[in-house]
Amino acid sequence: MTAATARGSRLAAGGRGRSALLTSLLVFPATLWYVALLVAPLAIVVIFSFGTRAKNGGYAPALTLDNYADLLNRPEPFVNSLVMATAGTVGCLLVGLPLAYYLATRAGSRKNVLLLLLVIPFWTSFLIRTYAWLLIFNPDTGIPGIVKLLTGAEFRVRGTPIAVLVGLVYGYLPLMVFPLYVTLERLDRTLLEASKDLGAGRWATFRQITLPIALPGLVTGSILVFIPMMGEYVIPAILGYGQFYMMGNALVSSFLEARNWPAGSARAVGLIAVMLVTVTFYLWFVNRGRRTRETSVL
Amino acid sequence: MTAPAVPVVGPRTANGGAPRRAIDRGSGFVERYFRIHTSLVYAFLYLPIVVVIVFAFNATDTRVTLWRGFSPKWFGIALNDPLVQKYVLNSFIVAIPNAIFATLFGTMAALGLQRVGKRVRLAFDALTYVSVIVPEIVIALATLVLFATSFDAIEAVFGVTRPGFGFHTIIAAHMLFNISLVLLLVRARLSTMDRTHVEASYDLFAPPWPTFRQITLPQLLPAIMAGFLLSFTFSFDDYVITTFTSGPGSTTIPLYIFGAIKKGVTPETNAVATMMLAFTLAMLAVGQWLLGRQSRRRGGGASMTGIIVEQT
Repeated sequence: MTAATARGSRLAAGGRGRSALLTSLLVFPATLWYVALLVAPLAIVVIFSFGTRAKNGGYAPALTLDNYADLLNRPEPFVNSLVMATAGTVGCLLVGLPLAYYLATRAGSRKNVLLLLLVIPFWTSFLIRTYAWLLIFNPDTGIPGIVKLLTGAEFRVRGTPIAVLVGLVYGYLPLMVFPLYVTLERLDRTLLEASKDLGAGRWATFRQITLPIALPGLVTGSILVFIPMMGEYVIPAILGYGQFYMMGNALVSSFLEARNWPAGSARAVGLIAVMLVTVTFYLWFVNRGRRTRETSVL
Repeated sequence: MTAPAVPVVGPRTANGGAPRRAIDRGSGFVERYFRIHTSLVYAFLYLPIVVVIVFAFNATDTRVTLWRGFSPKWFGIALNDPLVQKYVLNSFIVAIPNAIFATLFGTMAALGLQRVGKRVRLAFDALTYVSVIVPEIVIALATLVLFATSFDAIEAVFGVTRPGFGFHTIIAAHMLFNISLVLLLVRARLSTMDRTHVEASYDLFAPPWPTFRQITLPQLLPAIMAGFLLSFTFSFDDYVITTFTSGPGSTTIPLYIFGAIKKGVTPETNAVATMMLAFTLAMLAVGQWLLGRQSRRRGGGASMTGIIVEQT
């Protein structure tokens, strides 16, 4: 087997020089895109974050930390994002874990249909699915209107953090359910039987067998929903109705409305730093004490 | 005595065996909770979609959510709206080249990365990690700033007219995400691929190119097709990147819908949205069908649902 593989790869490699050329050609376009449209834009943002606003907006070269100081003085959108992303992740978990468990263990022959029904909303336009909630939360003809008609009680949903939270959980729920489902589906039932045979109760079995096995899926799911929620722009822009802002909206307003690129850049760098620290710490925390790295986002 | 009392069941077949069912079943209350919870989640998932579709058929001329009877008239109005027609065309102009080139470059990179040293691969992994971690809005704004700054620089240095924003900037920006996506899909497929056929092919002295064409490529095809369809859909539906990299004349359908949301949704918006939903669903169906046909012919199960579920 090893001999065949070695010969295979040697043959695949062909002549040394030609092979290196081919490899570079294969990797070149993707590398170009990564460097020109990922590394370069992020590098520019880091550089700009130390500059000052030009007179007509934009960037003027400087070396100052004012933008970061300013960031600490106005932390509100930042705090909003952190709170909403955390609440949204917990919400996705509460809604998604029983669903994933049901799909993996109880759906039986309907499993494929139910999975497809989960993929369909995820596959369709995010924008459309989000604005639909605007119709549902309409004060006159949506849920608040119906409730008012029936009970006389008045309340507002549109433009509140609740509306944004519903939008976040709704938008990202499948990203939580998919990895949870995949890990739960691989769960070996004989372990559950063994646990029961050894006299463990249902709760003890869940806590000591199911949960540890589902943990990698749980972590992957949490990260997959937390990241986009933290940087969310579209959902608060639509369901926040101009009354509730998150980090994404603050970024857009400093870049486009205030045209203060350095202030916006500092906000962007702050956001990236928080994400890197949170996600890396989370991964480290979950993987600590394990011999192999079982969980990652890729 | 040697036979285990409980037959050993592999994780794949562990589901649904009738006698085994009772083992992890809880009380009637718990079972009922699971069923009700699941039904409610599906209702929650489909309520907004149903609302949009229903109100696209509203005969009203005034308020979008005030029901005035059934009428398909808004579909006719939307289809005959020259602006909507132009925006749909623009969406295709963005999405098609995107899907083609992202699939090509992503697949090439996935194949190339098999042949490079560990350090290059690690660098690529790190960049992919960064592209996943950094929020879309940050990349969108950073790309906008990069384009604007470099266009200014080009004008100043070369003395030519300042290049503007348009289809080229949207396509370039979308491709970063789509290349990452295809790269991940194809690499996942490569890592689980059965190498024995490739080895057999080399043992039979087939040169690299025919081996690739006849053995590797057919096995990669499900991942490549899924990558193509996902890239197309991403480009077609994307709002965030598109809005910050578009120029005059390159408005796409999602930009039109966002504008309509800001001005107030009309039944025409709902009609356009419904047609967009139908179109993306058709794409999903085509993907399922192609992959189903492919796996029937080759015998390896792959489905669009499977790839999406497993990949996330």
